Amino acid sequence: MSTPADHSPPLNIAPADRPHRQDPGRFRALLEGLRRAPVSAWFGLVIVAIYVLVALFASLIAPYGEGQVVGSQFDPWTAQHLLGTDNLGRDTLSRLIYGARNTVGIAFLTTSLAFLIGGSAGLVAAVVGGWVDQALARLIDILMAVPQLIFALLLLTIFGASVTSLVSIIAVLDATRVFRLARAAGMNIAVMDYVEVARLRGEGLIWILSREVLPNILPPLVAEFGLRFCFVFLLISSLSFLGIGLQPPTADWGSMVRDNAILITYGDITPLLPAAAIALLTVGVNFLVDWFLRETSGLDDET
Amino acid sequence: MTKLDSVRGTKGDVILDVKGLRIRAKSKAGWAEIVKGIDLTLRRGEILGLIGESGAGKSTIGLAALGYVKPGCRITDGTILFAGEDLSELSEAELRRLRGVRIAYVAQSAAAAFNPAHRLIDQYTEVAVVHGIRDAASARAQAVELYRKLHLPNPESFGERFPHQVSGGQLQRAMVAMALACKPDIIVFDEPTTALDVTTQIEVLAAIKDVVRDFHTAAIYITHDLAVVAQLADRIMVLRHGDLVEEGNTRQILEQPSADYTRQLLRRDPPKRDTTTASRNILTVSSVDAAYGSIKVLHDVSLSVGEGTTVAVVGESGSGKSTLARVVTGLLPCSKGTLMFDGRAIDSSLRRRSLDLRRRIQLVHQMPDTSLNPRHRVREVLGRPLSFYHGLMGRLRTARIIELLEQIELDPTFLDRFPEELSGGQKQRLCIARALAAKADLIICDEVTSALDQSVAQGILRLLMDLQKNLRVSYLFITHDLQTVRAIADEVVVMNQGRIVEQGPKDEFFAPPHHPYTQLLLTSVPQMDPDWLDSIRETRAALARAVSLA
Amino acid sequence: MGNIPKLIIKRLALGVFVLWVVSLFIFLGVSLLPGDVATEILGQSALPETVAAFRHELGLDLPLHIRYVHWLGGLLTGDLGHSLANGRAVSQLIGERLGNTLFLAGVAACFSVPVSLLLGLLTALYRGSVFDRFTNAVTLTWISFPEFFVAYILIMFFSVQAGWFPSLSTMREGDSFAHSLYLVTLPALTLTLVVTAHMMRMTRAAIISVLGSPFIEMAKLKGIGQRRIIVWHALPNALAPIINVVVIDLAYLIVGVVVVEVVFVYPGLGQLMIDSVQRRDITVVQACSLIFAATYVLLNMFADVLAIATNPRLMYPK
Repeated sequence: MSTPADHSPPLNIAPADRPHRQDPGRFRALLEGLRRAPVSAWFGLVIVAIYVLVALFASLIAPYGEGQVVGSQFDPWTAQHLLGTDNLGRDTLSRLIYGARNTVGIAFLTTSLAFLIGGSAGLVAAVVGGWVDQALARLIDILMAVPQLIFALLLLTIFGASVTSLVSIIAVLDATRVFRLARAAGMNIAVMDYVEVARLRGEGLIWILSREVLPNILPPLVAEFGLRFCFVFLLISSLSFLGIGLQPPTADWGSMVRDNAILITYGDITPLLPAAAIALLTVGVNFLVDWFLRETSGLDDET
Repeated sequence: MTKLDSVRGTKGDVILDVKGLRIRAKSKAGWAEIVKGIDLTLRRGEILGLIGESGAGKSTIGLAALGYVKPGCRITDGTILFAGEDLSELSEAELRRLRGVRIAYVAQSAAAAFNPAHRLIDQYTEVAVVHGIRDAASARAQAVELYRKLHLPNPESFGERFPHQVSGGQLQRAMVAMALACKPDIIVFDEPTTALDVTTQIEVLAAIKDVVRDFHTAAIYITHDLAVVAQLADRIMVLRHGDLVEEGNTRQILEQPSADYTRQLLRRDPPKRDTTTASRNILTVSSVDAAYGSIKVLHDVSLSVGEGTTVAVVGESGSGKSTLARVVTGLLPCSKGTLMFDGRAIDSSLRRRSLDLRRRIQLVHQMPDTSLNPRHRVREVLGRPLSFYHGLMGRLRTARIIELLEQIELDPTFLDRFPEELSGGQKQRLCIARALAAKADLIICDEVTSALDQSVAQGILRLLMDLQKNLRVSYLFITHDLQTVRAIADEVVVMNQGRIVEQGPKDEFFAPPHHPYTQLLLTSVPQMDPDWLDSIRETRAALARAVSLA
Repeated sequence: MGNIPKLIIKRLALGVFVLWVVSLFIFLGVSLLPGDVATEILGQSALPETVAAFRHELGLDLPLHIRYVHWLGGLLTGDLGHSLANGRAVSQLIGERLGNTLFLAGVAACFSVPVSLLLGLLTALYRGSVFDRFTNAVTLTWISFPEFFVAYILIMFFSVQAGWFPSLSTMREGDSFAHSLYLVTLPALTLTLVVTAHMMRMTRAAIISVLGSPFIEMAKLKGIGQRRIIVWHALPNALAPIINVVVIDLAYLIVGVVVVEVVFVYPGLGQLMIDSVQRRDITVVQACSLIFAATYVLLNMFADVLAIATNPRLMYPK
């Protein structure tokens, strides 16, 4: 009446019944993964790091002030003004540097706010279920029935284009997308037996959300943060480009393109620089997210 | 092509000859060998059984017989000679010429292996048409023939259905038909009946046996259940961890196994014990109805669990046995009837139950993988109920956790492990310890052993029995497996389609006379006897009619 | 098959409901506008009597629900009110520009949908190949570009340097179809590039996620070739997500056109909307929003109906 499973000492795992792998700590695994990361991921990481540094130390790096008029209209590239001056005679390089702080900072703030609102609502909907879930989901469906850019334009017309209204309007609109993802990811976890065990035990909503569900959906949420950031960043830039986003004299990449677009027809690429700055950061974040998703989902894309 | 064609014919020749096969699989830690130098020969018209527990490498070997390895695996050594050609050397295009035509495959889950977007008949004819063996019309006519032979309902129109419109047992037979479409030399059956209920399994098994015999097809039959393979195979290979344990003809393996491991697999009867009778009931369920939405799944169910005893609830899928578990836990409030716990009526809704009542009724789920939070260490898994119900903290709590680990035969080094660092059996032990941590009086075990290998499952059953002896805990034990019932139950309740068909003490249950459904269940369990399937078919057919009429 | 019409009717009803709620949103949003439209237009210095008269003329002195009913009734009969800025009928302002926007979006769709579906299929088929990796890297980069960046790069190369196409797509009445096509080449190309990257990536992802299914392995074990596996086995099961992404991108073509229209000074609806937003010409903004939203809602509805109709589980119930 004996099987090896029972007669071996407890630590000695019965051969028929081996654990899958010994692998402590998610953070360490990520660091390990980073060492083996492809060039694209490193490229993304370096870009993001540079932008963050420039944004943080903008006032130290920039040769001139943000709104300071230092030359005449549309000066060419010179030693004083490495990238020339803009339509009002302000130093383009300095405005580019301040733009990192303003555009990136505001996009980051907006995305964080969107995650706070959408993420918590989505998780609550997933875990509580029932009519709370239904009501929230229907509300979001309706909000999402209007295209985001159009909704933003409408609301900005109504409330006027200030930084506060810009941030809150876009955060609320973007929260609908975060809600969807958080709800879907949360639902996958909420049906797990261990959540049922916690419910049976009598745990409250806060415990279930923070201890049972959240730790298990952190990777997709982090990846989504990167993607939503790109989206918000592009949306804000587009609005600024359309003249409805950040208002002058704040240096902002979208409006910088718009204000100096006329130069392009003369073959001058200076106005494309802020657009390239936007593109480069988005590319960097996308590459980073792409790698992160592959790393955390354990999916190898190869057959 | 010529070389291959010329070999078709004489019976008894070696059709597949595998030598020194080694296969490695990529894991996080690197490449691990999962098949370690296997030799295998298969003759025309012969059925070879590959048997082993999970991780034995049996499915990997079966797939290698088609020259296929799963993504992330590769053949590192050895030859797979099929009709004189080495499959491990052939190109994809050359392999495609053989697959489905000369060597066919029957997968474990037909529901997953059929394409949900196409009709069954189109998936049947695809093989012959794509390989240019038949035109669509003659393939269709042939399909109807095979469907009839496999006792599928309305063979003329059966193929017009989509996979989701057909039951599991029928779908599995449809896949057998598909495998036979080009009259292959070899069919690889990869656990074709494992996902089915016992009463369905026997029908599929009988169908497979008939057609394989009729077509003189050679087959490799992969399973973890020795009794199943005994009904079909001429020869059996016992595998473990990618190694061959023993090989021999079926009777020899069943009657005179030479390896200890084989003997252990043969030992079907888990430990028996004396039945106990209780002085009082801990749980009484009285005429309970329950429904999911408008679909009623429990009809007038009554049973009681005596203190310190085990009541086994037996039934096939859809019998309502798991729903009963949910009603007792309060997850699904009943629509009619009453629940009594420890002499007092209790609320049927979880929300209105007191913490103390929740503590006293604990549930252990079927899948240990999904019932442990992957982000919680053992310390948290066991520590939470201790502090939540009993207010234990700090050193006292750790001491109690270690004590609990000892009870489930794990040592303190497990304290800081994550679930993924535990084996399936250890995880299930941990789930049991979690219920013990609450100091439960009644533990509901919902198919707790069915996701585990037989040897591991027996360890779990023994643990549960020991705990009952020492702690006087009661079990409501939900299972589909009659062997488990025989081992652990004091009382047995048989359920079918949401109703109790029979209940009573275990000894009465296993002794005749039986309720027809009970008898159908009892006679559906494959026995370690190669002649069992043939001998039982007549009686079973009569029983099945009786049950369906009832 | 009895429940298919029921499902579709249910979905259509939901679409109408959503449209109605959106109209309510838009109307209420505008009505709650801080400040008074009449004062806004006439300026702070206007005499109170003038303002009152103007309010009466606009119907602003009526209660909210009556104004809504009037507005909705007007909408349904094609009367979208008058521009606050120049007093012209909004329907007249919009009419011609809507046609232009649809033309531009249509041209872009004709290019982008087939190209991206084909690319998606090919990259899924040759997964892991150099071609796949290259396309993956390029589209990932492309998707990250703001539209105006793409637009200006195209202008830089094809207009300023090569001189092949005009940098301004000013359409005039009476332009021939061929000339119109020539004029919208650059804006349509911009839209195509932006949308193709997304659509192609999603198509590839949808197919690849199906490729992990057991029935694909089964098909391989039946000796089915890779091409047939992708087309006959994987594609039908990936239809729902693919239809969905195509529709999202079509909707995007119509909505995302705003930025592109501004860059190329194309006389479309987006351009009109931006101008009106800057002028705070509420009636026009209101009408434009509603048209964009309606397009979006209709397209989504269409996608869902198509997804229902291509799902064998729904088409052939047990």
